[in-house]
Amino acid sequence: MTRHTGAEQAHQEHWARLLALLTGELRDLDLAEECLQEAFAAAVVQWRACPPANPAAWLLTAARRRAVDHRRREETLRRKLPLLIADDWIDGPEESPAIPDERLRLVFTCCHPALSPQARIGLTLRCVAGMTVPRIARRLLVAEATMAARITRAKKRIAAAGIPYRVPSAEELPERLAGVLAVVYLIFTEGYAQADADSGGLAGEAIRLGRLLVELMPGESEARGLLSLMLLHNSRRNARTREGKLVLLPDQDRTLWRRAEIEEGLALLPERPAGPYGLQSAIAAEHARADRADRTDWPAIARRYAELEELTRSPVVRLNRAVAVAQIEGPEAALSLLEGLDRLLPRHHLLPAARADLLRGLGRDAEAVSEYTKALELVEAGVDRDFLLSRRTQAMTRLDGTAQM
Amino acid sequence: MLYTLLLIGDEEQWAKADEAERQEMYARHEAFGKLLEERGAERGGGELAHSSSATTVRKVGDDFVITDGPFAETSEQLGGFYIVEARDLDEAIEFAKAVPGDVEIRPLVDPSAQ
Repeated sequence: MTRHTGAEQAHQEHWARLLALLTGELRDLDLAEECLQEAFAAAVVQWRACPPANPAAWLLTAARRRAVDHRRREETLRRKLPLLIADDWIDGPEESPAIPDERLRLVFTCCHPALSPQARIGLTLRCVAGMTVPRIARRLLVAEATMAARITRAKKRIAAAGIPYRVPSAEELPERLAGVLAVVYLIFTEGYAQADADSGGLAGEAIRLGRLLVELMPGESEARGLLSLMLLHNSRRNARTREGKLVLLPDQDRTLWRRAEIEEGLALLPERPAGPYGLQSAIAAEHARADRADRTDWPAIARRYAELEELTRSPVVRLNRAVAVAQIEGPEAALSLLEGLDRLLPRHHLLPAARADLLRGLGRDAEAVSEYTKALELVEAGVDRDFLLSRRTQAMTRLDGTAQM
Repeated sequence: MLYTLLLIGDEEQWAKADEAERQEMYARHEAFGKLLEERGAERGGGELAHSSSATTVRKVGDDFVITDGPFAETSEQLGGFYIVEARDLDEAIEFAKAVPGDVEIRPLVDPSAQ
């Protein structure tokens, strides 16, 4: 572990806020990022001898000074890009002690729908979460040069296409907020899929981003729902795999679930969840509240899934609802809920996998084996694949056993 | 910023449209024109004739090769365009949503910034 220096701590605390402010002042995201980066690099060296009384103000002044230098030096050299559009920008007094919080503008600009989903993720991790490009590249399993180019292209595109540096208007907000939440959730699921990564990874960054959104938009119940959902999922991180193998919810050692995250997640639950994240967090909460798998309130979960299906019309939700219904009404009822889904989810390994589990529950092992085989054809390498293989082997063994009787 | 809204679509369908369908489409464009006018955003535009009327001139060395037809033979063709003044991409997208059919938005380069 490296020692937590003052500059590192300041980076954690102030990066996004300073970048948001500088971007508005300079109306150039690329320049703002470069100057702030340089200011932090200078801080690492200079603060060792003489730490400033107000780190944020020190960094802001240093970055502004560098921006003036850059602009002067590169007046003629810099490729000309239009300035960011931020028409309602009000310049604060130069020496104002409080740094205004402009992070929401940064968030909405980085997650603008006119950027590709990949660009949104990269930009958000770089600009809002303050991750370095090499770390983002490593976490997303892409080459560093690729990630650097992707982020640079996205910044250019923001300027060239006229993507505004602005919080959307009230009428645009619901749709745009959903887009922001989707980016954060994508980052979370990306991190969560990496079984070996812990809180230093993307899941932890996504949770930090989720906290930021709740802080900035305390009235948005879907932002709370998303944070709650991520915390509740993350609380099971240590129980989710054993020796590199996936452990399903009913088989998890619940004493490994992290109580602090569960408490926080439950406290954030929207009172009347109505959006997709709120409903999903309500479902996760039912699992979190059950101290044993057989004490899970499956009817409550099935009801939430029904609401969620009504809202999203998603076949994946139907699939999950079927799993809940199997717990209440048995595998037959669940199997009939899965009918017709093959057309909607032709490439999804979870559908044959779920069907295989249900068939297995009914003792229809031969059909189960063939469904596991289908699932294995669709699944990518990883813990899910290993899990399916072991399930298929179990079903085959049982099948052999019955055949010999 | 100035943006062009490029109207892309299946021109065969338009060619086959009957009188009533044409009238309806023109009415929708007229309504759109009114919206632009109210915002003071209209900077020009027009409907392009069918791509079968297009002539393409290619430069090959010092020679010119003139062919009939559009530059790229695709089923989706540019059918018309608007030039609009918009505050930013968000407003341009709002305009694009109000135009009938599919739209590609392209900013016009500001010559004074070059």
